[in-house]
Amino acid sequence: MPEVQFAGKTFVTDEDGFIDNYTNWSQDWVQFVKKEEGIDELSAEHQQVITVLREYYEKNGIAPMVRVLSKVTGFKLKHIYELFPSGPGKGACKMAGLPKPTGCV
Amino acid sequence: MKHKTPLLDQLESGPWPSFVSDLKQEAEVRAKNVNGVNYQIPVDVCEDLLGVLELSFKHKRTHWKHGGIVGVFGYGGGVIGRYCDQPEMFPGVAHFHTMRISQPAGKFYTSKYLKQLCDLWQFRGSGITNMHGSTGDIIWIGTTTPQIEEIFFELTHTLNQDLGGSGSNLRTPSDCIGAARCEYACYDTQNLCHTLTNDYQDELHRPAFPYKFKFKFDGCPNCCVASIARSDMSFIGTWKDDIRLDQKEVKAYVGGEYAPNAGAHSGRDWGKFDIQKEVVALCPTGCMRYEGGKLEINNRECTRCMHCINVMPRALRIGNDRGLSILVGAKAPILDGAQMGSLLVPFVKAEEPYGEIKEVIEAVWDWWMEEGKNRERLGELIKRQGFQKLLEVTNIKPMPQHVKEPRSNPYIFWKEDEVEGGFTGDINEFRKYHQR
Repeated sequence: MPEVQFAGKTFVTDEDGFIDNYTNWSQDWVQFVKKEEGIDELSAEHQQVITVLREYYEKNGIAPMVRVLSKVTGFKLKHIYELFPSGPGKGACKMAGLPKPTGCV
Repeated sequence: MKHKTPLLDQLESGPWPSFVSDLKQEAEVRAKNVNGVNYQIPVDVCEDLLGVLELSFKHKRTHWKHGGIVGVFGYGGGVIGRYCDQPEMFPGVAHFHTMRISQPAGKFYTSKYLKQLCDLWQFRGSGITNMHGSTGDIIWIGTTTPQIEEIFFELTHTLNQDLGGSGSNLRTPSDCIGAARCEYACYDTQNLCHTLTNDYQDELHRPAFPYKFKFKFDGCPNCCVASIARSDMSFIGTWKDDIRLDQKEVKAYVGGEYAPNAGAHSGRDWGKFDIQKEVVALCPTGCMRYEGGKLEINNRECTRCMHCINVMPRALRIGNDRGLSILVGAKAPILDGAQMGSLLVPFVKAEEPYGEIKEVIEAVWDWWMEEGKNRERLGELIKRQGFQKLLEVTNIKPMPQHVKEPRSNPYIFWKEDEVEGGFTGDINEFRKYHQR
């Protein structure tokens, strides 16, 4: 597993840059991921999406469906892509420290 | 070659075009590099691919890791990430991502266009392709993560070419060649396929659905793109008026001037063409008659199965009042069993700008996007909530054509307002007439 150093911390990731373990997430991780996910400045809306994803995952053990994410945050899919250019899966979930999306992708 | 491939080498013999020989040839082209290409991924990618495949032949197991999430900014799909589980042994395929490229309707190409694609793929990818994926895309097999945005830039800026779909979204639509060179085409499959692909780009590139969703467009019930089996929404051409019949040409078939089925069975002697046996008696509804050298069709009873037209294409032609049927719900076995499309719209005109067709599509999407469970195909939602519900959301009146046969069980739901007195009975009122 590749290791990355950022802000004096070490994170273990897979080839796609997803964190190895949800519990190893921290705000430093968000800062580290943002540049490779095409995000210049983190806004409150970014933070809101990340918080919703983490709370949903803690409660349900899975990432929410796109429709649920839109409903809870009030952001249309188009806006989620404006915030996270790679989209809710590769962009937001990676940043929130959730496991890599699986299935037929 | 870099690796010994004794098992794969056996697949170079025999008459069928050998993918092993082709891969070896591409490996050699890359190694020699007579054009001086500045390869952006390992030169020996083809050799390492053969190496890892040989290892899989030996182990009888795949050597690709689970999953992979890569892509381009702005899109949620289009690239299938893949990593080798023996990267030290086969560094050339440590990254081996697949890119889906949207194909032109009917897959007609010019060599100029294909050459441009090949030049780009040689430069930034493995040079290996799949022409085409089962859904229809041009498939580019094998590149590295840093190349993906580069390829996408070049595709869109220079070649005016977009990616195909992947993930829980509208996948790349595809069609039969249609009116381009088939006299059975009941509508312009290529135009409808192209138009809807363009109209629903957003749904194709950014996954917003509970699961994948596919369109396929067949010009007639022969289903050359197999829409009825391989698309959640299947568009199959048909007609409403009479089959056009040319008695003179029928005589030519009977007289043996024309080969039946356009000569499709000429590889074997099936005897002289017998119109009674090969057409009239095989008609599924028995609506044809051949008497006194004249063929008659009772079109009211014809189900437009295509058999007679297929056998005598020069004598029988599709009607002039044309359109298409829409069938929904086809899917492969996972999770709850395979399904083919079920008839939803028996007949709709297929005329630009296709407003009626889009109404049905969008009504189905509205329902499925709201009600569909995570990774539930449309066909499964129809099973779970009922065909009746589908008819309600699409505003289509139930008709006998919607079923092959009526239900045999009596578990029939009624809506409360259909039942006199409703569902709220008073037990005390009942007791007045019936003692405990």
